[in-house]
Amino acid sequence: MSLDSKIPSGPIEKKWEKHKFESKLINPANRRKYEIIIVGSGLAGASAAATLGDLGYKVKCFCYQDSPRRAHSIAAQGGINAAKNYQNDGDSIYRLFYDTVKGGDFRSREANVYRLAEVSANIIDQCVAQGVPFAREYGGMLANRSFGGAQVSRTFYARGQTGQQLLLGAYSALNKQIAAGTVQMFPRTEMLDTVLVDGHAKGIVVRDMVTGKISSHAGDAVVLATGGYGNVFYLSTNAKGCNTTAIWRAHKKGAYFANPCYTQIHPTCIPVTGDYQSKLTLMSESLRNDGRVWAPKKKGDKRPPHEIPESERDYYLERKYPSYGNLAPRDISSRAAKQACDDGRGVGASGLGVYLDFADAIKRLGEPVIRERYGNLFDMYHKITNEDAYKQPMRIFPAVHYTMGGLWVDYDLMSNVPGLHVMGEANFSDHGANRLGASALMQGLADGYFVLPSTIGNYLSSQFGKEKVTTEHAEFKKAEEEVTNRVRNLLNIKGKRSVDSFHRELGLIMWEKCGMARNEAGLKEALQLIPALREEFWNNVNVLGENEELNQSLEKAGRVADFLEFGELLCYDALHRQESCGGHFREEHQTPEGEALRDDANFAYVGAWESAGTGQTPVLHKEPLDFENIHLAQRSYK
Amino acid sequence: MNLNLKVWRQKNGKTPGKLVDYAAHNIPEDASFLEMLDIVNEDLIAKNEDPIAFDHDCREGICGMCSLVINGVAHGPSRATTTCQLYMRHFKEGETIFIEPFRAEPFPVLKDLITNRSAFDRIQQAGGFTTSRVGSAPDGNAILIPKPDADLAMDAAACIGCGACVAACPNASAMLFVSAKVSQLALLPQGQPERTQRVLGMVKKMDEEGFGNCSNHYECEAVCPAEIKATFIAKLNREYAVATLKESV
Repeated sequence: MSLDSKIPSGPIEKKWEKHKFESKLINPANRRKYEIIIVGSGLAGASAAATLGDLGYKVKCFCYQDSPRRAHSIAAQGGINAAKNYQNDGDSIYRLFYDTVKGGDFRSREANVYRLAEVSANIIDQCVAQGVPFAREYGGMLANRSFGGAQVSRTFYARGQTGQQLLLGAYSALNKQIAAGTVQMFPRTEMLDTVLVDGHAKGIVVRDMVTGKISSHAGDAVVLATGGYGNVFYLSTNAKGCNTTAIWRAHKKGAYFANPCYTQIHPTCIPVTGDYQSKLTLMSESLRNDGRVWAPKKKGDKRPPHEIPESERDYYLERKYPSYGNLAPRDISSRAAKQACDDGRGVGASGLGVYLDFADAIKRLGEPVIRERYGNLFDMYHKITNEDAYKQPMRIFPAVHYTMGGLWVDYDLMSNVPGLHVMGEANFSDHGANRLGASALMQGLADGYFVLPSTIGNYLSSQFGKEKVTTEHAEFKKAEEEVTNRVRNLLNIKGKRSVDSFHRELGLIMWEKCGMARNEAGLKEALQLIPALREEFWNNVNVLGENEELNQSLEKAGRVADFLEFGELLCYDALHRQESCGGHFREEHQTPEGEALRDDANFAYVGAWESAGTGQTPVLHKEPLDFENIHLAQRSYK
Repeated sequence: MNLNLKVWRQKNGKTPGKLVDYAAHNIPEDASFLEMLDIVNEDLIAKNEDPIAFDHDCREGICGMCSLVINGVAHGPSRATTTCQLYMRHFKEGETIFIEPFRAEPFPVLKDLITNRSAFDRIQQAGGFTTSRVGSAPDGNAILIPKPDADLAMDAAACIGCGACVAACPNASAMLFVSAKVSQLALLPQGQPERTQRVLGMVKKMDEEGFGNCSNHYECEAVCPAEIKATFIAKLNREYAVATLKESV
């Protein structure tokens, strides 16, 4: 199948406007005849459900948490970018577009990124109207700050809880539609399969997580907004429940999975302390605005930080990247931390950590200012580590945070499976090989409030007059039976090992062989280890209890079973991409200074994988990336 | 460290529950409270015993999904802390720890330590929003908001919706939760057009769901992980009184 991205013709700044005009409209009286299924209630899912409901469509929205307000978008701390140029510092739509394409290491689609930058300003207006309490200046105007990898101040924020406030804004809009009866909400309901009828996505199979009942829902279109796949690494900054099941099940039904090897390792997380650890905690990137990152110059220097004199400290980001310094983008900062630790200069008990030091900022601005800016983060750091970052530097280390890859979508956010749409972190489209700080919230809300509601009509109108599919259709019965059998199989193995033990082992393989740095030998080894572990899982996992109850082991088992398949695809993609770009660093491809070395002649394309079945080598399809506006260049932050 | 746990076990909402004793061995002090339960659960699974069910998700104190009443206190002994951000170094070697669900009639137990808090969603649906259609919003800076108002609105908006306030209140009152949303939107210009209906609708729903009223125990404020102040309840009362008067005219 050829991949048609359906990018509109014409100059980049006119494409979205033109496309909106050319898109099919659905008559208001007809909208209530269309039923749209949305899976996920984070920024993308909640905002799309609310907006489509307000337009008059019949929407069903599903989430695995007990309330849509819990979705992991809530944990985003730093902020949301928008090209408002309120600070008069030279920002523009074009600059946000340029920064995002460059930050993504020239592996994203120009037209999508331009549209994202274009609607960014509308997002802020929409959120303000909802009552999102963004930070304000004394004159009453919105405040901005500069944020990871940007030289302008375009980031809007609500203390260190921007994701929470934006999600609660979308949740409030969703609540209004639930009350109005346009959206029906299904919390504690997990999607376990996509149903295709004549090649079109027409519904889903779900499990009620309280009663275990497996049932189907039919609709005119299916929208997945189920987040990323960072938990394939077991330890990540994702919530414990984040999983790849929805998009993986869709992939197995025919949707292409694009660029899975683009995984973002965030430079400022609290280091791992022991093997009991269940997750990693992010310390917002905004800390790098005032904190200075350093490691001892001497290898194996175990002195406490205050005993290491200035002359024996290596402020390596400031040294290597003088113009961006501590604000160098995430992929670059993470790799630099890894290099310092690999060099034997890491700090803390494990040697896997570097310092983020606020002593200079406290001297310059005083402790109260630092407390006002970052108080909640310092408190959180103290709770977790029992260390006071006002008195001694924080210890930080990179951790898996965000995944740029996802299901392939066209300009309308529709996958190659007609009717199946994908939004937010679950799709692949806007961040290329590396996402810039404060851009995830922007993309989730752009997709949900502005893009999908304008583009979904193109698909829906093509279905006008066709006979409605119901859950009585044989395809639904077949999918329900498959899901039921799979659940029964998991419960019948009755082996010796817990689900978590498999998940930890998979995570370790992924982190060591396919983490911050990858090489051919390691990836090939992972491709042996993962199928073997998967086989052991299906013979030796111990899932207690039964289906007809609230069964958290069973929920986890289904998700880990999918990660055990997905991890293999991630390694295939990483192995095939013989270049380094953004979050994908192949040791064989680096500059003499150790920076990522792209191969534009051979790899300036989106790698979209078609499933050939479990354990079979997936089939690669390529969507060439054309850069008509931005000149491809080696990224430099020096 | 080693601990003795007394954990509430209940098969489902229809079966009565009881406290069951478990020994927690070799718990690192740097583990979180939920990681301690993870370790206990791994031991239970190895013995083919049903693991303890508890709600959790982000494990960084913001999603509001984790709960638990620990030694009689919602979210445990540390102030302004969710259970997931509570660390075992706050407990003593050999200590006995009671672990129970958030108890309130509007939060029925689903299994073990998991309760159904959907009543909170239904209260929000009864008015916790502004009407702001996508496409019709004015420029963000067209609405000027004095910094102190914006900051106070943010203090209220920080509520994570965990329900600890209800679990801690002798009346199972949800007024701290309701006051947070009512105050946030009442403090902002965007919240003015629907100010009256909002407070009346949310309070009515709160009553229908079976939550009690505030009688000034301040237990809610003491356990709130987001440090929502009880003064917002006073604001809610004023908002409600004014709205009632307006309605009656």
